[in-house]
Amino acid sequence: MAEIKFENLTKSYGATDVLHHVEGEITDGEFIVIVGPSGCGKSTLLRMVAGLEAVSSGQISISNKVVNDLEPADRDIAMVFQNYALYPHMTVRDNMAYGLKIRKIPKDEINRRVEEAADILEIRDYLDRRPRQLSGGQRQRVAMGRAIVREPSVFLFDEPLSNLDAKLRVQMRLEIRKLQKRLGVTSIYVTHDQVEAMTLGDRLMVLNGGYVEQFGTPIELYQRPASLFVAGFIGSPSMNFLPAQVTNGKAVLESGAQLQTSAKTSGGVILGIRPEHLVLDEKGQIKVEVDLLEQLGSNTLVHGRLEGTQSPIVVSLDGIQTIDAGVVLSFDAPPLALHLFDTVTEKRIE
Amino acid sequence: MVENRPFLTVITHIVLVLGVAMIALPIWITFVAASHDEIRMLQAPIPLMPGSHFADNLKQTLFGAGLSGDQTPVWRMLLNSLAMALMISVGKIAISIISAFAIVYFKFPFRMGFFWMIFITLMLPVEVRILPTFEVVANLGLLNSYWGLSIPLIASATATFMFRQVFLTIPDEMLESARIDGAGPMRFFWDILLPLSRTNIAALFVILFIYGWNQYLWPLLITTDTDMTTIVMSIKQMLESAEQSPQWNVIMMTALLAMLPPILVVIGMQKLFVQGLTETDK
Repeated sequence: MAEIKFENLTKSYGATDVLHHVEGEITDGEFIVIVGPSGCGKSTLLRMVAGLEAVSSGQISISNKVVNDLEPADRDIAMVFQNYALYPHMTVRDNMAYGLKIRKIPKDEINRRVEEAADILEIRDYLDRRPRQLSGGQRQRVAMGRAIVREPSVFLFDEPLSNLDAKLRVQMRLEIRKLQKRLGVTSIYVTHDQVEAMTLGDRLMVLNGGYVEQFGTPIELYQRPASLFVAGFIGSPSMNFLPAQVTNGKAVLESGAQLQTSAKTSGGVILGIRPEHLVLDEKGQIKVEVDLLEQLGSNTLVHGRLEGTQSPIVVSLDGIQTIDAGVVLSFDAPPLALHLFDTVTEKRIE
Repeated sequence: MVENRPFLTVITHIVLVLGVAMIALPIWITFVAASHDEIRMLQAPIPLMPGSHFADNLKQTLFGAGLSGDQTPVWRMLLNSLAMALMISVGKIAISIISAFAIVYFKFPFRMGFFWMIFITLMLPVEVRILPTFEVVANLGLLNSYWGLSIPLIASATATFMFRQVFLTIPDEMLESARIDGAGPMRFFWDILLPLSRTNIAALFVILFIYGWNQYLWPLLITTDTDMTTIVMSIKQMLESAEQSPQWNVIMMTALLAMLPPILVVIGMQKLFVQGLTETDK
């Protein structure tokens, strides 16, 4: 059980900074997902918590104890790697028991813990097999088992599901969530997959280019993205961005469409609207010329352009729709569904 | 590839049979010669069918004085060769696996410099540095000893280089995972690296054992005491005894005995040997 705190955390390789002034507090038992595109520094941050990367400046504390200079083994953590990193020459049982043996935990206690973890993960039948005799999903479970038996105060997951096929990934995602709830262990999970992030995390830390863009609950991120990056990263299909001018509480699009907005600003902005928030309305101001459709069964994605401009726009309509290319549809968007961003800083404008 | 061309099949078989004959015939003649008595071996033509003196020859060669009475018995030479080959292969593996471990897993000043220094010794086999090496061994008082026979041959880069390549194929996560499990460097070495390199060690052992066993020039140079003669040297010496005609039956028996241990090592470690050379999955 542990709280984790990042204070002004920076990481640089030579002259290149890969993480800039990361701040954040994680409460006991929380499931935090660090999400961002590849190269944003998310794995580096996780590895710094694990002690596999040195901290350049700032502090990491676990349970109010600064761990900057502690060896990974002394930080009371367990980590699940992307490629599982199981010891190929050891049986599943030995893999799980190895860390405990080094800690000189009595044999019967080791056996008890290994078997308990094996029961939780339903891998009891494979205990005497070698990793190479297991499938990807089973290896994944063993890697988790190895983390569980340690009974650590923090779990660290480094993209643990990215080597699995899509179906198994969804299944394991749920299992990880259930397991974490059941054990109540503070967890940090790194992924580049925003759906994984949204479904797993109590809170999400969105990283971009080494900066924390936003740190909040999935719904906060969805409803009030703090920056253009977060707005575009969270949600699928991603948010539409249209250039607009704001005057007197009205946002005017390139096409001349006027939309009510509550934001107190004026001048050029970037207007964001989620595809699912556009509502078909004959009197609607936003006119979209349809290019093509993507039929997904439960909904239909309409790809088109804002009438009279080249700005692409995507709309998600419920159910199965059939619309010909070239047709112009009218949409309205409620003021609450409009997100305004500064054109220069790309920050949200309230 | 499945081909059905009888002519080609005949040609390929002829080539193969000729190849086998070229290798096998000398060995057969060696065996035949080792089974006749001394007198028969001095008559022309040489026999092509085994005779009835194999057991006598074996006994005479192994325990009796091989040649004119003041020679070392062959069992002693076998023992010398075995000791030298084992010391070379075990020593080389031990030293090179440790140095490869240091070079791959530790950061220390001039790491790559040291690696290249080791690597450059690849260009300096014993034959090239034989005089200075002899000088060093002589000054250390290691002439006519097992240490003198083996130590100068232990220092070489091939094995270090090979273990470095093996270690580089082991994913970094293995080390990180072991660190999180609380394993220190030596623990990681014993529990993870050594078992993972098992097949490579075996393959290297086979190669080095044969390399050590077949050494000729170096033992010839540094052993003057007949008690330290190795079997490969002795075959040559037997041919050179000036006073009498060569005892072909004994010489051939010695040759057979000299061939035996490398064959046993290869056969015994065949499976691991092949795995070690071909396995890439860690």
